[in-house]
Amino acid sequence: MRWAAAPSEDRQRVFFANHTSHLDFILIWASLPTRIRKRARPVAARDYWESGPIRRYLARKVFRAVLIDRGAPGDSAERDPRERGQEAIARMVEGLGRQDSLIVFPEGTRGSGDEVGEFKSGLYYLWRERPNLELVPVHLANLNRVLPKGEFIPVPMISRVTFGQPLDRAEGETKEAFLERARQAVQRLEES
Amino acid sequence: MSTFDDRELLWLLAGVAALLLTATAVGQVLERVVATPSGRATVDNINARVRAWWVMSIAFAIAVASGGIGSVVLFALISFLALREFVTLSPTGRFDHAALVWSFFLVTPLQYVLVGLQWYGFFSIMIPVYAFLFVTARLVLAGETERFLERAATIQWGLMICVYCISYAPALLLLDVKGYEGENAKLLFFLVVVVQLSDVFQYVWGKLVGRHPIAPTVSPNKTWEGFLGGIVCAVLLGTSLWWITPFNPWQAALMALAIAVMGFVGGLVMSAVKRDRGVKDYGSLIEGHGGVLDRVDSLLFAAPLFFHLTRFFF
Repeated sequence: MRWAAAPSEDRQRVFFANHTSHLDFILIWASLPTRIRKRARPVAARDYWESGPIRRYLARKVFRAVLIDRGAPGDSAERDPRERGQEAIARMVEGLGRQDSLIVFPEGTRGSGDEVGEFKSGLYYLWRERPNLELVPVHLANLNRVLPKGEFIPVPMISRVTFGQPLDRAEGETKEAFLERARQAVQRLEES
Repeated sequence: MSTFDDRELLWLLAGVAALLLTATAVGQVLERVVATPSGRATVDNINARVRAWWVMSIAFAIAVASGGIGSVVLFALISFLALREFVTLSPTGRFDHAALVWSFFLVTPLQYVLVGLQWYGFFSIMIPVYAFLFVTARLVLAGETERFLERAATIQWGLMICVYCISYAPALLLLDVKGYEGENAKLLFFLVVVVQLSDVFQYVWGKLVGRHPIAPTVSPNKTWEGFLGGIVCAVLLGTSLWWITPFNPWQAALMALAIAVMGFVGGLVMSAVKRDRGVKDYGSLIEGHGGVLDRVDSLLFAAPLFFHLTRFFF
């Protein structure tokens, strides 16, 4: 675990990371200093975490997850993606409250682990809604090898979490430019 | 087997403690005296190593003192951590995942259960025959044939080095040596002390008078001067410890020679693997030393040979 800049004051933050395995969130959560960890809530997919009582219990009581609807294959026709997006942002803002932080995986789904995939736009709208947030890029290395997609038992390989410098504000930046900058901030941590 | 009834072993542990106290004291003196930046870096590294030696020695002493089971558990843990470091550096992919899960959670514990059961016949072939075959079978079932032999060989080599070879150290406890019953813990002590101090001697000789690299493409720090000086010191040390072994002084000297030479070769081979992967250390678990595999690399080749020499001739 490595920090580019030690998080000192109590600010509300959004930790955004590449997503390569089911262990990603747990690892970030466990790596945070206690005080920050207690206020960090993961943003996760409702369809996954509400299927079954154990998952529901973990999501609600243990991790205090902010559950949002993602476009599950079946219901894409039922709702306008735009409306769903707005609702997701509203839920995240609500989840932040006055003092909590969020852990998000803007790729939306688990990638191959080789390269950080394109980011969904939620991060952009969230920051526009709450400009005082500190956006911290996080890179997870080797976790896709510890637990690849479709496997259940992890292999105990050595992995690494890197927390980067918070993103600077850039005035008048387009959505696409911002998302690409955020993506590269995560990608760059891999090489450091 | 209560080891603390064994007076000799208590003396040995006291000897190790005295050695570490001396090393700590020398380190403190060096820290005052040495002023150049590069010299300081070396001294800091030496002191970090000495601190880590304290921790490792205490762990080893507890394991040996608790009799057979403690040593088996300690070396099983070392194997597990070593395999973890080895696999992390290996280019394994998702089609290797299942074979790796079996290697970590079945093969590794099973090998040490066999040591604990003292079942030599199966212990000596379980990995090189059955685990090796199993790995290829599991890779085939995963359905990916690209670089098949290379991937199978990588996992097999990891098991061979990190599990099979290391398990020969605690396996010394299951040997039957006539007139030496119940004293086998001292054989393990002999092996570990000679191999590790041989490393230290080679390091010190190399730092002091090392000029001519022995294998410049593999490890520029290993020199002829360090090798020869280290081997001679290790043989002297082994000879002086003959009274704790079932060997006479000449036999102890030859055993120490075999251990030290194999220790050197093991270290060199594991350096070549690191070179191939483009890293300097296998990990960062042990302060100043690198990973677990960096510390036990010299044990890998020495343990099986020492085991079999003892088994066949004593």
